[in-house]
This record gives sequence, structure tokens and C-alpha cells, in this order.
Amino acid sequence: MRYSIFSLAANALSGHRRWTPAWRDAAPQADYDVIIVGGGGHGLATAHYLAKTYGVRRVAVLEKSWIGGGNAGRNTTIIRSNYGLQGNIPFYEQSMKLWEGLEQDLNYNAMVSQRGVLNLAHSDSQRDAYARRGNAMRLNGVDAELLDAAGVRAMAPFLNFDDARFPIIGGLLQKRGGTARHDAVVWGFARAADRRGVDIVQNCEVTGFIRQGGRIVGVETTRGAIRAGKVGLAVAGASSRVAALAGLRLPIESHVLQAFVSEAIKPLIPGVITFGAGHFYISQSDKGGLVFGGDIDGYQSYAQRGNLPTVEDVCEGGMALMPMIGRIRLLRSWGGIMDMTQDGSPIIDASPIDGLYLNAGWCYGGFKATPASGLAFAHLLATGEPHPTAAAYRLDRFATGHLIDEKGQGAQPNLH
Amino acid sequence: MRIPCPYCGERDLSEFVCRGEVATRPDPTTLSAGLDALYLRDNPAGPTREHWYHAQGCRLWLVVERDTRTHAVTGARPAAEAGS
Ligand SMILES: Cc1cc2nc3c(=O)[nH]c(=O)nc-3n(C[C@H](O)[C@H](O)[C@H](O)COP(=O)(O)OP(=O)(O)OC[C@H]3O[C@@H](n4cnc5c(N)ncnc54)[C@H](O)[C@@H]3O)c2cc1C
Ligand SMILES: [Zn+2]
Repeated sequence: MRYSIFSLAANALSGHRRWTPAWRDAAPQADYDVIIVGGGGHGLATAHYLAKTYGVRRVAVLEKSWIGGGNAGRNTTIIRSNYGLQGNIPFYEQSMKLWEGLEQDLNYNAMVSQRGVLNLAHSDSQRDAYARRGNAMRLNGVDAELLDAAGVRAMAPFLNFDDARFPIIGGLLQKRGGTARHDAVVWGFARAADRRGVDIVQNCEVTGFIRQGGRIVGVETTRGAIRAGKVGLAVAGASSRVAALAGLRLPIESHVLQAFVSEAIKPLIPGVITFGAGHFYISQSDKGGLVFGGDIDGYQSYAQRGNLPTVEDVCEGGMALMPMIGRIRLLRSWGGIMDMTQDGSPIIDASPIDGLYLNAGWCYGGFKATPASGLAFAHLLATGEPHPTAAAYRLDRFATGHLIDEKGQGAQPNLH
Repeated sequence: MRIPCPYCGERDLSEFVCRGEVATRPDPTTLSAGLDALYLRDNPAGPTREHWYHAQGCRLWLVVERDTRTHAVTGARPAAEAGS
């Protein structure tokens, strides 16, 4: 069924009892042209673009539990393309453009909201760095505005401007940035892929690979063996575990990232605001909850929950930036497992093993990348060539020295 | 998470800095061994051995044994004694 004002009206008249499931819960077939491992945003987006843009229809997405139960359903929903390095800017801007047309493309309300992303500056050198990044963005046709303190005050008068240690002296604003509803992105891609014949197979964990003469020709799963022309991994925090089943070691560490949501209040926070002097960023959901987070805990983890020192650190950042939030009650906190690469940038590339392809290393910023990552991975799987916007995301860049180190902090994931 | 420092006793996580997996020192004469040690990780889901620094305590480097699935810490020794 196509969703429209007419389908809504017709279903309203029949008491909303006739809606049908948005996608099939498929059983696995014996073989496919392409198998995508991982039913998060990236896996489902890859399947959608494979079917839609590249005409590959015999595609399955294998998910070990339920789709969107990983990082796709745990993130703080920020989308932006305010990167500073040439390897990144065209890719994230491609993603932003896809977000801007996503709901029409998918015929699904993903609640894409371009409410703006503001990075605050607290020192002259930080402002210089923002000016440089903003210029790099504008040279690439991405919107960026450098604000002075008065400009920031007009947007967010409640901030702690005159803090003795970290005064707010300005900020870098990307107005086209904002948020999108994470679950709806998963469901929208799943529905659109399903409508083009993609099998979405849940409760199907990949436990091994089938090889033939050195080539990977399928996967072993908890629901039996399934053969495929090509296998693409999009398992985010589980990348090292699944790659290890094929004997690969990756330049990735899995770390826990926590996030928090408060009780709902009236509209307070315009857009997304990031503290430039500590680990804290915040936005407000349409339901009214303040959604905020900070940085990874800093040690390898597969536990999907973090520890209290990070909770304290994030809340201290919040109190330093906007002391008024000390009055609000926290509703929930949770953690997700991030695939942190050694330079903070992702990998979309063929693996050294024939038939096996990698989409990994999204660190804490892969939600915004979902559409472009899906498109680029579909392009790679369908054509064997890297998509022009993702050509820098090579696996061998660590050996050749072509790192994409946006933060300039070297080979230490807990510093990115 | 608490870490039983052999010198200071069981101390809160916030006093420590984690450096990551204990890696064997690479053969300095081959480039690929150096690159592997710098960039590649086992990243296991389960028991692991890591270097932690007791920055706000005795300032010893420790080898900590820990399960990455549960955060359970099962041991800590001075790195010098652990021989890595
Ligand atoms: C707290 C938090 C906040 C974040 N905030 C932001 C943000 O504001 N903006 C942003 O851009 N990014 C953010 N991120 C990062 C973003 O969520 C991730 O980079 C992105 O979701 C990863 O891609 P994915 O959606 O495909 O991953 P996932 O949803 O994790 O998908 C991977 C899937 O693979 C499945 N899987 C694993 N192993 C197997 C197996 N063996 N067989 C079959 N399936 C398997 C998992 O069950 C999972 O469903 C945040 C992450 C967290 C945790
Ligand atoms: Zn100590």
C-alpha cells in the first residue's frame, strides 16, 4: 500500500483496523545474488539502493535479532555534513542531500527535521579552526555560517556565556543539519526494500562463511546455510567479530557510547547544540525530552551499557553549558557498541577475500551517513568499483598512510 | 567498573586511563609487523588483556584482565611484572 492522505483517510474510516505490516518477515531462501549481514540502517539502506538504483533484486538482509535493535535504534539522531577533510565532505554532503529527499524516495515519514546544528567556540584558536572548517565546507558547496557571541545569543539565550573558564565567543552553524527519527529511518528503508523484493530475515545470526577455492560463496547462519554471489558486512559494533569468522583482523576497536533522555518539557532547545569545551551535546525530541550525550567511555566493550564516570562527565558538561538543566529529571540512559577505527573514519571497501565486502568503522557518527553509506555500499557491491563519494574509505589506507583523521589525534580510538 | 590495583587496592574506574589491548612488541625490521601492531586489533568479545595506567593513583602501568561482554575485571598486575 502506498502511504498518502487518501490511504490515511480510508483507514481512518475503517477504524484503523486494516493497516497491513510495512514489510514481510521473510524466511531465508537457499541462495541470493547479494547477502547483507546486519539489519541496521546501513544494511537496509544498502538493500534499498541495490534494488532501486542498481536493479539487483535477489537480495537478503540477515539480522541476528530484530531490525533496528542495534545502534540504529540507540543513537541521538543527529544528521549533519559539517566535516573538514576532503575525503569526508563530499560523502557526508551526499548523505545530507539524500536525507533532504528521503521521505519522498521511501514514501515514509522519517521526521527529517533541518533544525540546525551549532558547534560552540570557547577560545580564539577554536574559532579559527571552525572558520577553517566552515570555509572548507563552503568551498565544497555545503552551507556553513560562523556566528559571533551575539549571533549565538540570539539563538540560545539560556547558555552560560560568561563562564570564567569557557566563555562562549561564537560558533559554527550548519542550518541544514538537524535530526531524523532513527526507528522510522530503519522501518522506511525496510519497507522500501521489501517492496522491491528484498528478503528481510530476522533472528538469523551469521555464524560462519562458506568458502569455495578461497572465495566466499555464502554464510552459515542459525537458520541454516545460505549461498550468495557476494556477501556484504554491515554489522557496525560487531564488525571485528564477524570479520574474525572469515579470518580477518580489522583496524577497529568496539567501544561503548552512552546517551540520555530527560522527562518531556515544553520547547526549549533550538536545533542541536554541541559544547566545544567538554563532552556534551543536546537536542530536544518532538515529544519534548532532552536528548543528550557525550563521548565514548574509552575502553573496549560489547556490553551495550556504560559506567558511571562517563555519566558524571556528560552531566557536568551539561551543567557547565546550561546550568538550568540541573532541575530536570533523567528518564533513561543506554549504551550502544561503536565500531571505532584508528583514524575515526569509516571503511567501505572490498575485503582481501574474494566475494566479501566491508561496510564498517562508523564510530559514533554513522546515523547521519545511513543513506550515503547504503548508496555507496550498493554501488560497490553492484559494480565492483568504489562510489566516487566514498573512494577514500579504503581498508588499505592504514598501510599506505592515507588516513582520514578529522580530529587529528592519531591512531588511538579513545581519543577520536 | 573497579580495578584492583596491586599497589593501591580496588579503585574506581575514573582514576585510570585505558590504553588498549596488550600487543606483542613488533619486529622493528619489518614494516608490516609495525603497521599491524599500530592499527589492527583482536577486539575480542570475551576475556581480554589490556594496558591501564593508574593516572590518579600510584601511576603504575597495569595489565588488566577483563571480559568485554560484562566488564567483569578478573585481575590486574604491574605491566613490568607481566612482562609486557
Ligand atoms: C548512543 C549513541 C548515539 C549516537 N548518536 C549518533 C548521532 O547523533 N548521529 C550519528 O550520525 N550517529 C550516531 N551514532 C552512531 C550510529 O548510531 C551508528 O554509527 C550507526 O547506527 C551504525 O550503523 P547501523 O545502523 O547499520 O548499525 P546497527 O543498527 O548496529 O546495525 C548492525 C546490525 O548488525 C546485526 N548483527 C551483528 N552481528 C550479526 C551477525 N553475526 N549476524 C547477523 N546480524 C548481526 C546487529 O544485531 C545490528 O542490528 C550513535 C550511536 C550511539 C550508540
Ligand atoms: Zn595504583
